[in-house]
Amino acid sequence: MRTIRAAAIGAATLSLALAATACGGGSASGGGSNDSPKTLTYWASNQGASISVDEKVLRPELDKFEKQTGIKVKLEVVPWSDLLNRILTATTSGQGPDVMNIGNTWSASLQATGALLPWDAANFSKIGGKDRFVDSALGSTGVPGKDPAAVPLYSMSYALYYNKQAFADAGITKPPATWDELVADGKKIEATGKNGLGAEGSNLSNNIHQVFVLAKQHGAEFFTADGRPSFTSDGAVAAVKQYVDLMAKDKVVNQSNAEYAQNQSLSDFAKGKTGMVLWQTASATFKSLGMKDSDWGVAAAPVQSGAPGTGAQTNSMVAGINMAVFKNTHNLDGAAQFVKFMTSDEEQKLLNTTYGSIPPVKSAQSDPAFNSQATAVLRQTLASSAQALPQVPDESQFETAVGTAVKDLFADAAAGRAVTTESVKAKLQKAQQQMPAK
Amino acid sequence: MSSTAEAPRTSRRHPAPSPMAPPRSFLWSRRLFLTLLTGFVLLPVYVMVSSSLKPLQDVSGKFRWLPSGLTIRPYIDIWSTVPLARYFVNSLIVAGTATVCSVVIAVFAAYAVSRYSFRGKRVFTVTVLSTQMFPGILFLLPLFLIYVNIGNATGVALFGSRGGLILTYLTFSLPFSIWMLIGYFDSVPRDLDEAALVDGCGPLGALFRVVVPAAMPGIVAVAVYAFMTAWGEVLFASVMTNDNTRTLAVGLQGYSTLNDVYWNQIMAASLVVSVPVVAGFLLLQRYLVAGLTAGAVK
Amino acid sequence: MTTTAPPAGTRSVPEHSPGEARGPRRPGRIRRIGLPYLLLLPALLLELLVHLVPMVIGVAMSFKELTQFYIRDWGTAPWSGTGNYRLAVDFHGAVGEALLHSFLVTVVFTLLSVSLCWLIGTAAALYLQDNFRGRGVLRTIFLVPYALPVYAAVITWAFMFQHDNGLVNHVLHDQLHLTDEPSFWLIGDNSFYALLIVSVWKGWPFAFLIVMAGLQNIPKELYEAAALDGAGMLQQIRRITLPSLRPVNQVLVLVLFLWTFNDFNTPYVLFGKSAPAAADLISIHIYQSSFVTWNFGTGSAMSVLLLLFLLIVTGGYLLLTSRGRKTPDV
Repeated sequence: MRTIRAAAIGAATLSLALAATACGGGSASGGGSNDSPKTLTYWASNQGASISVDEKVLRPELDKFEKQTGIKVKLEVVPWSDLLNRILTATTSGQGPDVMNIGNTWSASLQATGALLPWDAANFSKIGGKDRFVDSALGSTGVPGKDPAAVPLYSMSYALYYNKQAFADAGITKPPATWDELVADGKKIEATGKNGLGAEGSNLSNNIHQVFVLAKQHGAEFFTADGRPSFTSDGAVAAVKQYVDLMAKDKVVNQSNAEYAQNQSLSDFAKGKTGMVLWQTASATFKSLGMKDSDWGVAAAPVQSGAPGTGAQTNSMVAGINMAVFKNTHNLDGAAQFVKFMTSDEEQKLLNTTYGSIPPVKSAQSDPAFNSQATAVLRQTLASSAQALPQVPDESQFETAVGTAVKDLFADAAAGRAVTTESVKAKLQKAQQQMPAK
Repeated sequence: MSSTAEAPRTSRRHPAPSPMAPPRSFLWSRRLFLTLLTGFVLLPVYVMVSSSLKPLQDVSGKFRWLPSGLTIRPYIDIWSTVPLARYFVNSLIVAGTATVCSVVIAVFAAYAVSRYSFRGKRVFTVTVLSTQMFPGILFLLPLFLIYVNIGNATGVALFGSRGGLILTYLTFSLPFSIWMLIGYFDSVPRDLDEAALVDGCGPLGALFRVVVPAAMPGIVAVAVYAFMTAWGEVLFASVMTNDNTRTLAVGLQGYSTLNDVYWNQIMAASLVVSVPVVAGFLLLQRYLVAGLTAGAVK
Repeated sequence: MTTTAPPAGTRSVPEHSPGEARGPRRPGRIRRIGLPYLLLLPALLLELLVHLVPMVIGVAMSFKELTQFYIRDWGTAPWSGTGNYRLAVDFHGAVGEALLHSFLVTVVFTLLSVSLCWLIGTAAALYLQDNFRGRGVLRTIFLVPYALPVYAAVITWAFMFQHDNGLVNHVLHDQLHLTDEPSFWLIGDNSFYALLIVSVWKGWPFAFLIVMAGLQNIPKELYEAAALDGAGMLQQIRRITLPSLRPVNQVLVLVLFLWTFNDFNTPYVLFGKSAPAAADLISIHIYQSSFVTWNFGTGSAMSVLLLLFLLIVTGGYLLLTSRGRKTPDV
């Protein structure tokens, strides 16, 4: 027994010693440097139909950048399923890319880690100044009052896409502008044997986007001004209930949509099974699904009454991709040059046209390419009636907790269980308790 | 039941459970059970094969037993939608190297435990067993951090490289491999290695000339296990690899994109990458059957 | 297993103990003592690097407040004492309640999955014991689930379990009319059964393999003797086959239990990052608590609790199953 104990103690000591050295690791060394001025690593998010498509889109642009500056960019397109985990591990270890794309709703959470280069006035001046960007896009780059953690790259907004044939068959002459009209039109479409509206009940982020806008319309916020969660206000409960009721009570969303999480609702829409879908910047997707541009129409997403605007007339969240520079970069100047290149008018026009998104850069936005059928509504929404998701460090937990609550409620609705104000409130209450204590 | 039609090599050692012919009811229950089980096992395989031959419109619509039209398009598209060939090569390198290293290291360790008595033997075996209880999530982040620190200290890039992944996977399969091999080695009579020692072999000579050949079935079994462990792992591969080193288990997820899930291509790719593995597996199957037992029995 | 006394005579003079192989003849005492350690060294180093040290770090993490504010530099993360543990085991709070629920789901799921895997595997092995036409083919087919990459296999099941377009509903509802309405398999309460089916489908071939191999080591004479005593088929199975398989089963059931309990890949591929409550396995739950919500301290505390539970269960299991027979050395 003595031998065992001795061996155990030896092993434990060794482990602890190793652990201590490892624990001390991380990346205490703060800022970046310019040690390797000729190379950059860039993690792009998957914006196109597949990773290979993205590589084909971006590669020529990166070559162009290399020709201009002599800096070689190593590109990796990271799938969405891995992106946040990769960024987290990079943050933890200090080993990451120089420049990366992030979902703009992650800005505040990632900002809290301190791993991203803050875009103060000096940094902004390197890429032509903060004024070049649209305000709504800048609203989703970090906690208000702090220097942004990232720079807007692609912007998107929600809109109502409808199938022209389905509308004609149901005798609908103009797209609905309010939720009541949407429900009424949805029922007309259901009567023709198609589904009224598509939803992604198991997609947590999409659930959040939808109930966030509805909460705005009910005058509610999911976070108080000092960043505490407040999920159970009457407005928030009403918002979540209204969204789930589209399936539970109004029956304009097919119950099978409760399990959708991989954009099956878009595929249904492209195949003509569904008449309407509320989505962000879907034109490129429809095309890749084989739907002709002339087959669908687009209108502003609905409000409770009146016309889209600010406050309770909000009808979209500010969706989009931001570009962030990793603080530990070994090529600080090169990274800034690269961000400048990617946010230049020319690249903005080209890339946003390819991906069907809207440039967050004012001067690029005025290009006629973004005034087409597909993009005019989106641009208008972004300019006047889109709001950024809560810019709080706990945004990620919020998406998980409330997104799951909505998912569970959809599952209840699909199983035929009643969705009541009480059941919605109970779910949101539970979600709120799971948020980190303050 | 003396049909020799399919008699595998192992049948010589195979004991008949009863010298008498089995009763009729047994035959019927066997037929029923095996038919149902075969159906259960093959159902997903059928779905994979048939879906991989359907156009995308078909697979994202209502399920049909028989495709409305056959196409080999998915088998062509899989190579361009994601860099499948690269992922496949990565997986082969990672799983192959991890398997070889794991087996060699496990053989050494198991030989030491089986043939020698030394201080800390019990601690070692107990520790090895207990690692099977660690939830992977617990050490994902610490392991990543250690690799990065080793990288910073020595310049050996472990994270993001195949090397780091190989190291990780081979250790994942070590405990069970060592554990099984101890059993196999114990079942190899010691007189054999003693004879080898008398003949002038060193202890390693005895190991490789006598013990290893005698325990070959067990070693094959352990190798298959190690390979499959590395081949299918998702969690560690998703954070420890980059585009150049990504393995299949993670890479296959690339068919589910922002726009759509290319079900037919997922199925086609799954089949394509599985065929060599299944084939290799089946070739080794006979050793496997003869092999897995001894280790467990001990 | 830790309680059994070491075999007699293996104390301070190992080189002369009976019942063990003689070391090498010539090379002298130091080498003789050093060799086993040398052989163990690679395995030991790897275990330290990949399993043990990370685990120690993991345990240390569980006492820290490791949220997104601190992950960049762990040294600065404040110690939270037992705060993470108290949060995890406070079963009146939302976090503790969810963890307890997830734990119970996992226990029930693991027990069912392991028993089914074992039952099917054993039955198939017994039925394939006789040689008959088609036996080799069947054995080949039965190994296919084990040989398919996990992702490929599970995603195929997810495809089959779809509500609208899946094969399962097509058969149950459209063709056999067993259900009034198509059921949901990937959300809601049925997700538990979906997970169980996939887990059994993937897991039973391993049990089959091990048991099949174990059967071959049972001496034929035992059966012959029993047959002479007039024992029927079922009695032979009960009196000879199953007792002879006990050592095999002891190992098999334990590893199946541990692997199933800690399985991450299956639920992750089937349900994604947020599993339905009915199928919220502990590994996914911990993943969500740490990676999705960025609270690695709490996630680690949960993992440590899980580890303690498994240690106790394994210890108890080995004690219980080893009673009355020689303990295997491992």
